[in-house]
Amino acid sequence: MFWLNLAHAESLMPTAATDVAAQVDNLYKFLLISSFISCAILIGGMIFFAMKYKRKTDNDKTAYITHNTFLEFLWSFIPLVIFLGVFGWGWHIYHQMRHMPENGLEIHVTGKQWAWEVQYKSGVKTANLVVVPIDTDVKLILNSMDVIHSFYVPSFRIKQDAVPGRYTALTFNANKLGDFHIFCTEYCGTQHSGMIGTLKVVSKEDYDKWLEEESKVSTLPLAQRGEKLFQVKACAGCHSASDMSVKVGPTLYKKFGAEEELNDGQKLKVDENYVRDSILNPNTHIVKGFQANVMPSFQGQLSEVELSALIEYIKTLK
Amino acid sequence: MGTTTATHSGEINYINEFKGLKSWFTSLDHKRIGLMYMISVMFFFLLGGLAALLLRLELLKPGGQFLTPDQYNQVLTYHGAIMVFMVIIPGIPAVLGNFFLPLHIGAKDVAFPRLNLASWYVFMFGALLAASTMFTSKIDTGWTFYTPYSIKTGTAVVTMVLAAFIMGMSSILTGLNFIVTVHKLRAPGMTMHRMPLFVWALYSTAILQVLATPVLGITLLLLVAERTLGVGIFDPALGGDPVLFQHFFWFYSHPAVYIMILPAMGVVSELITTFSKKTIFGYTAIAYSSLGIAGVSFFVWGHHMFVSGQSEIAGIVFSFITMLVGVPTAIKMFNWLATLYKGSISFQSPMLYAMGFMFLFAIGGVTGIMLAVLATDVHFHDTYFVVAHFHYVMVGGTLMALMGGFYYWFPKMFGKMYNESLARLTFIFIFVGFNVTFFPQFILGAMGMPRRYFDYIPAYQSLNAISTVGSWLIGTGFLLSLYVLVQGLRKGEKAPANPWGSKTLEWTVPSPPIHTNFEVDPIVKAGPYEYK
Repeated sequence: MFWLNLAHAESLMPTAATDVAAQVDNLYKFLLISSFISCAILIGGMIFFAMKYKRKTDNDKTAYITHNTFLEFLWSFIPLVIFLGVFGWGWHIYHQMRHMPENGLEIHVTGKQWAWEVQYKSGVKTANLVVVPIDTDVKLILNSMDVIHSFYVPSFRIKQDAVPGRYTALTFNANKLGDFHIFCTEYCGTQHSGMIGTLKVVSKEDYDKWLEEESKVSTLPLAQRGEKLFQVKACAGCHSASDMSVKVGPTLYKKFGAEEELNDGQKLKVDENYVRDSILNPNTHIVKGFQANVMPSFQGQLSEVELSALIEYIKTLK
Repeated sequence: MGTTTATHSGEINYINEFKGLKSWFTSLDHKRIGLMYMISVMFFFLLGGLAALLLRLELLKPGGQFLTPDQYNQVLTYHGAIMVFMVIIPGIPAVLGNFFLPLHIGAKDVAFPRLNLASWYVFMFGALLAASTMFTSKIDTGWTFYTPYSIKTGTAVVTMVLAAFIMGMSSILTGLNFIVTVHKLRAPGMTMHRMPLFVWALYSTAILQVLATPVLGITLLLLVAERTLGVGIFDPALGGDPVLFQHFFWFYSHPAVYIMILPAMGVVSELITTFSKKTIFGYTAIAYSSLGIAGVSFFVWGHHMFVSGQSEIAGIVFSFITMLVGVPTAIKMFNWLATLYKGSISFQSPMLYAMGFMFLFAIGGVTGIMLAVLATDVHFHDTYFVVAHFHYVMVGGTLMALMGGFYYWFPKMFGKMYNESLARLTFIFIFVGFNVTFFPQFILGAMGMPRRYFDYIPAYQSLNAISTVGSWLIGTGFLLSLYVLVQGLRKGEKAPANPWGSKTLEWTVPSPPIHTNFEVDPIVKAGPYEYK
């Protein structure tokens, strides 16, 4: 089955879903071919000489060749020309990657341990999901809340670090519909490899429809808003809500109203204040079997209404 | 090489002249210090290697196997930190360099023997301090200590960083010692242009060690100051700049990759001439390309940071200079190839390792160019492509050369021969295992799998499984090498003074050499590779 997988040539490089990605692939193909030729000369030459001039007796006569200026010039000059050529080619594409559109669709993306928070100008928020219309210049304005993360979409061949304390930006123009992986490529701790999102490219009509539906969230009943927030704030990344399974943190399923045993042996009833404390000061109550300093504080990141919504949602998990 | 040769083959040598543990721990003999480094490096290599096997086993399948994500991140950090700071950086210079630099240039010892011993103690202190964190709160930052993660994480960062600082100190001392030794202690007639290329490589490395390592030291101290005193340097929460750390860090750590590879290139030059019975092609080009690489390597650090948020123009400049560093590297490869032409090539185990080096380094080199090209690097950066590339260069390069050098000089160091067929078998295991482990990682990287990943999406499974199987082959190869070493020491036949027919000075003295290396001070009348 190993070989079956490999047989799909496309899996060797993810689908190229932007023009820039296709250009990167062309350059990559050129590099692959020239690398293959260079290796064939070096390795093939080595094996050829090794076979041809294999030692026959301990007293073999060998040639005494100290240098050859012409050859040496040749094998310094030719690589230099190739290197400078691919340097220029790479620069040309890189310049397009870094050229930010004037009137593009701007979306704010904030990395945090361990999720991507996405905010549209209309106020719509999502987590680990960036929805964009096809054939549109998009500019992502990146920032981080804690440590450095890196926003990477393999299918777009683009990547940019999200650095706390400053903005960086990324631009693309997707030409294929579909869902594409977003990976974090700057090591950021425990759940680094779980910080995976989806970049969804949809038609322009679907994009407008999606945006409109998402905007209706503020008129939803409290518990449903809480459910939405639970996704948006990426609580779901660490706490399961639908069963008793344990992720990074304890499950919240059937938790409200139950009794919780803490690390220090104390037993507490999970009520509104318990949940509030756990969100704003996560180190106040550490559930038995879990560790302090894993969950970040959400102090200042949630309004009072949002807190209430989350609590109401957790009440419904039965 | 046309010198007056000590023919005395008496029983007394540097190993048996003095006895007891104390005579080792207080020895100022560069050969004994080299062996002490060898034992330390082997111990840490075992530790780092076990960590690597654990990582690969965890990655056999997607999802958690037997480590938690935090444990995985710790094992990953120890693998990197141990292999870089305690194995590859001291590997060739402190072990083989210490032992053979004075012998190569016809000196009795290094310029500062006492400093040489001190550098071993400083190294051991730093290394044990680093290892001690395994028993305390551990460290999970990766060997690069990137801020602000290294400031926020609750692990033993301060201890580890201080340990790296101390080991850096030892590296500076060794470098300083080598520079002075090369300038002041060459035997009469041993002009700079008659030095073996291994000495040229060590000399270029020493310059890097002395000039670059202090920058790492300062950076690490700033990190400690930030963590313990709350001075805002790198942490944006305190008004610092996290990207500044990356600039400082790579300003050392990029030259450091040449600290790791240049000595390996030196070893390979020795092996290829000896086992082709032929003078090196382009001595001057190889010697000065080492210096050239050392010089240019100070100005390429930004190629680690194309997507860090540094300006576009900085990216372009660093990409350009990186291309320039590729040229002297290509020159060396072609020179070695040309040395084989019309030679008399014997496939003894050291030569197999040297050819393995050329094979793997060629692949490591061309993929290095792919990473130096801006547009492709944006895609490959921080994926398994990078992991594969630097393993091809560091393991395929440095470690292959270290093994080749070890088998080449084993008879000189211990006065015994090892089992040649078993030594060839170790090569086959390590070489095949290496390619099985790391070649699939190029493909994984091109497919987009990021590095430092505890878990991965199912699409990456088959290649990861192949890679894990390869790691077992490498492990077997190194275990077998340990057996070859022990068996050679215990039962090996007595080694002649010059088993390979080499022309450099160390082969003119008995195996093993006497305490002062040469009974009669050599007078050098010709170059190091006069195979006529």
